[in-house]
Amino acid sequence: MNEILQENKLTAFINNLSPTSLNFSNELLQSATISLLTNDFPTTRKEAWKYTRVGRIAAIKAAPKSAISSSPTPFTIDSNALTFVFENGEFIPSLSSAIIPKGISIKSLSFCDAEELSQIGKLAKVDGEIFTAMNVAYANDGLFIKIADHIILEQSIQITHILRGKNNVSNFRNYIHAGKFSKAHIIQGYFSQNATHCFSNVVTEIVTGENAFLTIDKIQYEEMGNFHVATEEVQQDKNSTFTINTLTLDGTLVRNNLTIGVTGVNCTTNLNGVYLLKENQHVDNHTIVDHCAPNCESHELYKGVIDDSATAVFNGKVFVRKDSQKINAFQSNANVLLSDSATMNSKPELEIYADDVKCSHGSTTGQLDDEAIFYLRARGISEKSARHLMVSAFIGDVLGKIENEKVLEFTHSILKDRFGWEF
Amino acid sequence: MGYTENELAKDLENQEYKFGFVTDIESDKAPIGLDESIIRFISNKKEEPEWLLEYRLKAFEIWKSMTEPSWAQVKYVQPDFQAITYYSAPKQSKKYESWDDVDPEMKATMAKLGISMEEQKRLTGVAVDFVMDSVSVATSFKSKLKELGIIFCSFSEAVQEFPELVRKHMGTVVPMTDNFYAALNAAVFTDGSFCYIPKGVRCPMELSTYFRINEGGTGQFERTLVVADEGSYVSYLEGCTAPQRDENQLHAAVVELIALEDAEIKYSTVQNWYPGDKEGKGGIYNFVTKRGICERNAKISWTQVETGSAVTWKYPSCILKGDNSIGEFYSVAVTNNFQQADTGTKMIHLGKNTKSTIISKGISAGKSQNSYRGLVQIHKGAENARNFSQCDSLLMGDTCGAHTFPYIECKNSSAKIEHEATTSKIGEDQIFYCLQRGISEEKAISLIVNGYCKEVLNQLPMEFAVEAQKLLAISLEGSVG
Repeated sequence: MNEILQENKLTAFINNLSPTSLNFSNELLQSATISLLTNDFPTTRKEAWKYTRVGRIAAIKAAPKSAISSSPTPFTIDSNALTFVFENGEFIPSLSSAIIPKGISIKSLSFCDAEELSQIGKLAKVDGEIFTAMNVAYANDGLFIKIADHIILEQSIQITHILRGKNNVSNFRNYIHAGKFSKAHIIQGYFSQNATHCFSNVVTEIVTGENAFLTIDKIQYEEMGNFHVATEEVQQDKNSTFTINTLTLDGTLVRNNLTIGVTGVNCTTNLNGVYLLKENQHVDNHTIVDHCAPNCESHELYKGVIDDSATAVFNGKVFVRKDSQKINAFQSNANVLLSDSATMNSKPELEIYADDVKCSHGSTTGQLDDEAIFYLRARGISEKSARHLMVSAFIGDVLGKIENEKVLEFTHSILKDRFGWEF
Repeated sequence: MGYTENELAKDLENQEYKFGFVTDIESDKAPIGLDESIIRFISNKKEEPEWLLEYRLKAFEIWKSMTEPSWAQVKYVQPDFQAITYYSAPKQSKKYESWDDVDPEMKATMAKLGISMEEQKRLTGVAVDFVMDSVSVATSFKSKLKELGIIFCSFSEAVQEFPELVRKHMGTVVPMTDNFYAALNAAVFTDGSFCYIPKGVRCPMELSTYFRINEGGTGQFERTLVVADEGSYVSYLEGCTAPQRDENQLHAAVVELIALEDAEIKYSTVQNWYPGDKEGKGGIYNFVTKRGICERNAKISWTQVETGSAVTWKYPSCILKGDNSIGEFYSVAVTNNFQQADTGTKMIHLGKNTKSTIISKGISAGKSQNSYRGLVQIHKGAENARNFSQCDSLLMGDTCGAHTFPYIECKNSSAKIEHEATTSKIGEDQIFYCLQRGISEEKAISLIVNGYCKEVLNQLPMEFAVEAQKLLAISLEGSVG
């Protein structure tokens, strides 16, 4: 009764959005609408949102769709990459690469035919997931990437999403399919320029085909005052290798839902993450690695440095389904708290239903070692530099897993700008 | 042919419950069901003071407004709370002046349980409080403890004789509003043990309570309250068994430990309620709330060996309120056949320089599910708090599951928290190593399992360690020799 009487915040929120103009299947649109009508924004009573309040997102009064500025973005990670730029979820052809190499198909969703659009929504379920449902029913645009079988892509693909203005909500949807025996590197950059109270709600569905090799570097660098919820649903077919590096460097509230379904045998999965927080940032990483097939391995390493009154959340879940024997799954989460008002909530979980497995997880929370700092200071290194050195060493092993030099260079430049850390 | 894991699994499946006998003692029962009149009936039977009846009724009101928790990783049919007898006492529940007055049938029960008091009196010097169904039957060594000022008696006796002490401490650690089963327990608890150690006294012997559900269709709701006054020390043991029955019986206990300044409480449990047969029929639902509070420099150490119960839902916790206080949790949980266990601990760090250690070892076999669920919470003022957690799971067979759900919440930058968990089966190379040296596969598995649990078993007092090892041996019969 109470629920009906109480004003549904979600209904109020979506009333300000304009329905999608993309031709998704009726079925998908319908189930998204039902999901939105029957749910509200999640509260901390919901286990998956225990540590994250979305009230500030719910409070946004979304501005009507306005014309996009199409001004060039100051954020380019790799200038040689095939680049596709989106502003507030809308595609900007003038800033995007026009020549696309043979064997791959990249286009914005608005140029996709019905068959291509029918791929969308197969992995990311809308039932009970209001952010995914909202992303369907009110989708702006997004990128459709299909890499044909046996294609080895030398150039990186770069998706740049930029938020501008005030109270803009971007429902940004991507689909990535790496064909059999293909290899590709994709950079996803989420930025903002003169934006405030904007919300990007991103859903990316990724299929890694047989023997494919796919690496994704994701950089989240939206200014304070903006909100970001990202949902990635990955499916791995047999013998494939999938790597995702998530770098969260700014943003008032960032939530990452990363779910990897390993459905094929002999797969390798790598998940790496760095989150560097200060002021009153809130970053929440939820990862699920679901081993449904035998003979696979997964490696997960997330590290965080939390300063000021920021809060970080890590929830990593590893499932090993029945009969998924010979699984090696390793998960590790380490955190450094730099200030007394910083908070870390860590919840590494294992759910194992097969016996011939090696699984472990570890989680640590602590601070920089005073003795190590003393050691450095005794050698004439200033306290500030000593601390930077320690932090750099701490996150160094995660950054070391990023193979793309352009991404690394860019990350270092942000670390210098935002945190004054020079490594 | 060597002893293979499949054979081990089969042995485990066929292993029988040793304590599955029923003692034929007439008992005095309350009518089935739960309402206010039943609570008044219980209170009246126990000749309780008015305040306690009020406490019960208030808890009952609260309980009625609560719903059963569903977050645990266990599946079971919700007990029908109106189909349970909430009070069942062995008929001659008069107080026994001496051991000789005890009903011979009851003595036989105890002997079967391996807790023949005479023997224990002579050999081990353990003081035992025996709780059958709902009523405390006998407490041994009372006079000797009295000399030191130690109070160790049944809860109902304590209510009569030391009402101030009981009233002051009861419900301070586990309030009646805490959770569904704690509220139920507060409303209908029938007996339990009470223990008070005066200032500066080191209790010279282990104190022990033995719980047994005997009557069919009953639930057991006991309450244990241990208060260790400043600078005192006590080691407390608890053991439980129940007969074999097709129905699921409910056990919802509350244990409260209070360790005042510089005090130390060591609480050990060997839990061996009837786990159900190998089809998963019957067995005890063990829904227990255990919590302790540590004042300055105090220490509480929980050790548990969990081998029984169809469904276990138990989180012995420590509130580290005082500065420099220490909390420890050592656990071995074995599940077999269709058993389900969701167990772990909470370490709440409030004071400065507080320390906690969690060592949890899970062994799952058959079609069982074994989960560790723990919380380590460092509050803002808990400077230099330190936690170390280690949760290992061992899987035997491909139809069981092992799960880990640790919650780590840190609000202080000077805290150091480490959590580690591993899941694996017994390494083939380890078995191979033993085989090579002429140790049979069966012996090898036993060796490895024993070594795996050693860290926890070492924490148990001598008398209990022997029993625990025996229990492990029964639970994993055929493998532990």
